[in-house]
Amino acid sequence: MKVPIQVTVNGKTHAHEVEPRVLLVHYLRDVLNLTGTHIGCETSLCGACTVMLDGQAVKSCTVLAAQANGAHITTIEGFAVNGRLHPVQEGFWERHGLQCGYCTPGMIVASAQLLERNPDPTEAEIRMAIEGNLCRCTGYQHIVEAVQYAARRMKGAAAAD
Amino acid sequence: MIPTPFDYIAAKSLDEAVALLGKHGEAAKILAGGHSLVPAMKLRLAQPQVLIDISRIKDLAYIREEGNSLRVGAMTTHYALESSKRVRVVSPLLAECAAAIGDVQVRNRGTIGGSVVHADPAADWPAAMIALRVEMVCAGAKGERVIKADDFFVDLLTTAIAPGEVLREIRIPLSQGRTGQSYKKVRHPASGFAVVGVAVNLGLDAAGKCANASIGVTGAAAKAFRAGGAEAALTGKPPDAAVAAAAAAKAADRQDMNSDLYASAEYRRHLVEVTARRAVLAAVGAAK
Ligand SMILES: Cc1cc2nc3c(=O)[nH]c(=O)nc-3n(C[C@H](O)[C@H](O)[C@H](O)COP(=O)(O)OP(=O)(O)OC[C@H]3O[C@@H](n4cnc5c(N)ncnc54)[C@H](O)[C@@H]3O)c2cc1C
Ligand code: FES
Ligand code: FES
Repeated sequence: MKVPIQVTVNGKTHAHEVEPRVLLVHYLRDVLNLTGTHIGCETSLCGACTVMLDGQAVKSCTVLAAQANGAHITTIEGFAVNGRLHPVQEGFWERHGLQCGYCTPGMIVASAQLLERNPDPTEAEIRMAIEGNLCRCTGYQHIVEAVQYAARRMKGAAAAD
Repeated sequence: MIPTPFDYIAAKSLDEAVALLGKHGEAAKILAGGHSLVPAMKLRLAQPQVLIDISRIKDLAYIREEGNSLRVGAMTTHYALESSKRVRVVSPLLAECAAAIGDVQVRNRGTIGGSVVHADPAADWPAAMIALRVEMVCAGAKGERVIKADDFFVDLLTTAIAPGEVLREIRIPLSQGRTGQSYKKVRHPASGFAVVGVAVNLGLDAAGKCANASIGVTGAAAKAFRAGGAEAALTGKPPDAAVAAAAAAKAADRQDMNSDLYASAEYRRHLVEVTARRAVLAAVGAAK
């Protein structure tokens, strides 16, 4: 039996009837056409599908769309505001935090979660924070530098406020 | 990687969840964070016909102190326990164990209640539950009952919770006096689960001798167990390096070790000893 859900994704509210077995990642990609969220492993391991669900980074291949009923979700499409990149996106751009880009949306969401909880992370803390996200291209070094760049940017912005 | 079809019901109250379990029997399963159940359903290792989501029930996710115990609601996430400043002060083992689980995304979603009821032999919480001598408060059709951690873990993926029951709360007795706690784990490099995990909760007397020790071991056997031999070897002695090593050598006594592709039984037995020694010494260090 289908269940009604209502979710707010990147500020826009959607209402649909979904089969309970539909995974959140499939709902985002196939129903809402938000294909920025990638599917890598589908087994909760690679982190490519990471999105923010009520402010918490989650692997959307391991959440049922029905579980997200009522939630506020931010996908990578919602990170830039009025055409201005989020500081973490800017970091990935400036420090070459990506090669093929497959892991990038999930990496950015996980990194943003880290900087929200810990604005001044050590390198080890950055590596721990993205341990649930696999990258097959970069060797992680540039991703770490991208997060460090973003941390500095966000601190600078906070100081300027 | 899509589960077989099922019906989804978001329970509004604990009573409703218990009633739904009673009505649907074996066909139904409780859904908490879904981070063990949903993967199992995707692999079709589990094919429940009805999922009863308890995440929308009010007041099932909380951390409260009552007298000499900490009350943790079953729906409390690993992250909530890891990040609570109060938990770090009154029950550091809980925070340390929570932080050792999986990755950030898993800790944001997964719950302590789901983990203990799932009773994965490689899960981290069971070791801490035994070391802290917690009590599990289960709600059923006939009311509530309390199950001690030592009686709770029965076998591989099997606990003492009855089919119609919902775990509501975990009660953690808070240690008094000079106490030290530690959780040490050998992480599986791919899955993050515990190849072996040892939780130690001990108390020192005024002379610095070990007055009491409670040690839980996970990952090593079909279910988490109490390392009784190691506890006895510590109690009454000054817990120096030699005593810790002698106690650790008894941590896997009379237990059959798991054996798999990653770690043979013999290797696991060795890991239990090494991990137990490190955890005991870390707990002693924390007690000073
Ligand atoms: C990628 C990944 C890595 C992980 N790494 C680790 C790790 O390193 N260490 C570790 O310990 N765990 C690990 N886990 C498991 C994780 O901690 C799970 O969250 C946890 O085991 C189950 O909790 P849950 O809330 O997700 O439960 P669910 O998956 O919702 O439920 C699990 C089982 O318990 C039952 N249940 C749940 N809550 C209740 C309740 N209150 N009353 C009665 N029955 C209930 C369900 O019916 C189901 O059978 C990992 C999981 C993933 C996906
Ligand atoms: S697709 Fe979700 S973790 Fe890999
Ligand atoms: S950039 Fe290719 S997987 Fe990370």
